[in-house]
Amino acid sequence: MSALTFTVKQETAQRVDMSPLVCQLLTNKSVAEIAGIELQNGKRKIRADALFEITGSDTQNIIIKNSFAKLDFIAKELQDGNMTVEGDAGAYLAIGMKSGAVTVNGDAGLYAACEMKNGLLTINGNAGDFLGAALPGNKQGMKGGTVIVKGNVGQRAGDHMRRGTMLIEGNAGDYCASRMIAGTIAVMGSTGRFLGYAMQRGTLLLWQHPTLSATFNDCGSHTLAFLPIMFKSFAKLDSRFADPTQAFDRVQRFGGDMAEKGRAEVLVKL
Amino acid sequence: MIINGVSIDATFAEAFPMKATRAIITAQNEKWAMISAQAMTGFATSVIACGCEAGIERILNPSETPDGRPGVSILIFAMGGKGLAKQLETRAGQCVLTSPTSALFAGIDEGEQIPLGKNLRYFGDGFQTSKKIDGKRYWRVPVMDGEFLTEATTGRVNAVGGGNFLVLAESQHQALAACEAAIIEMKKMPNVIMPFPGGVVRSGSKVGSKYPALGASTNDAFCPTLKGITATDLSPEIESVMEIVIDGLTKEDIDNAMRVGIQAVCDLGAKNGIKRISAGNYGGKLGPFHFHLQEIMA
Repeated sequence: MSALTFTVKQETAQRVDMSPLVCQLLTNKSVAEIAGIELQNGKRKIRADALFEITGSDTQNIIIKNSFAKLDFIAKELQDGNMTVEGDAGAYLAIGMKSGAVTVNGDAGLYAACEMKNGLLTINGNAGDFLGAALPGNKQGMKGGTVIVKGNVGQRAGDHMRRGTMLIEGNAGDYCASRMIAGTIAVMGSTGRFLGYAMQRGTLLLWQHPTLSATFNDCGSHTLAFLPIMFKSFAKLDSRFADPTQAFDRVQRFGGDMAEKGRAEVLVKL
Repeated sequence: MIINGVSIDATFAEAFPMKATRAIITAQNEKWAMISAQAMTGFATSVIACGCEAGIERILNPSETPDGRPGVSILIFAMGGKGLAKQLETRAGQCVLTSPTSALFAGIDEGEQIPLGKNLRYFGDGFQTSKKIDGKRYWRVPVMDGEFLTEATTGRVNAVGGGNFLVLAESQHQALAACEAAIIEMKKMPNVIMPFPGGVVRSGSKVGSKYPALGASTNDAFCPTLKGITATDLSPEIESVMEIVIDGLTKEDIDNAMRVGIQAVCDLGAKNGIKRISAGNYGGKLGPFHFHLQEIMA
């Protein structure tokens, strides 16, 4: 059975809500039925086959080809399937994802991995602002799973993040880990201003020395036993984080945000 | 049955069901992992008075431990799940949390999960932090030498306690030498411990006592100094009897350990004063697991 493949015929002027085209909603549907699914496109609706050329039949293995940055809500609440995006993804990529795997061979927009619950999201390009964050007004962002970004991420990555692991190979923008409740964010590149703003608990693992606010206090240099275990868990990932030469257990530890609970930590490679 | 001049009694060792778990202690080197493991398994020879039976299973290479440091695996057995959990937690708190550079991990994933560091974390007074890695929860407890890392839970499984055999010899030193040889071989076997000091018991017991407060008392039938005044099970030339007690995760694990242990004793043979191998049984009333010596050695 070949992968169910949606190939974009022509980019649309308005944004498209891709949430109906997710593995668990397409189970046992024929290509003809899938072709008739209506997608919200701006203020009008558009048939799936008007936007995509549809081939293949494996609804648990979906490929979106020629994807562009206005395709929103790709892999929304995905459960147990695999989705691959060839090109860019729009906003809300893998929002509320429950399990399975999503790979984007391009960039992703705002709110990727927003309120994600579990599974693996790999973005081979850059990600926009609010990666793994909570929707405005909500209290908890990403609650589990693993996000890998091979490029850079925007501002507020991990805002209100509750649990899970976010691995960023590139740079992170301002307010990384803002209001973070728990979990782990690792950044190999640089980090912007206001790192860990109002961070409550959780770990920021950094390869480059950050600019920290006065509300993060130096706790000294330490060898931490959990780091080798954590790096060992990265070994199976398709990422620079799986490279044993990138692993370390010796860190400078900063505690904060003392303007909040002060139980979070920023660990910087020594 | 006679092996190398040693008579194997047509009897069986009687064992009973227990609950067990395995924990892995690591440290910056084997010395400190062993110190912690010895402390944690100390005073854990018999459930009669210790609350649990525990022992060191084996030394682990760094490649076998979760954190890549030298380690020691220990097994703990108790009569019930609650007792096991209590002993595990108490001993972990007093002997591993306190031991320099130590970390503590689950050694069994399957079975019902019981707390390992789940409650020890409160020692951190609010400064403890959790990390969930590959589905397992770890606790990081700040302590004065750095950080105590412990897995939250470990698996509890059904197990077998009280496997045993008796070594009957012409002299005390010959009985002990034979038991030492047996223990060397038995320690190579997985999933078993010999919980008594050095693995050898000189005070084998029978069920009950003339004193109502005691549940167990000396096994007078095998006490050489009582040969003339009790219903003895010893022939005139036997001057010393020692016992090896084995707890195992399964009956087969105990079978295997008994086989190599008895064989090691028999290898010394009658020429070294070893006359008989027997076993402790209580008429089949102690437990459902029976280890027939002649079947094991067949």
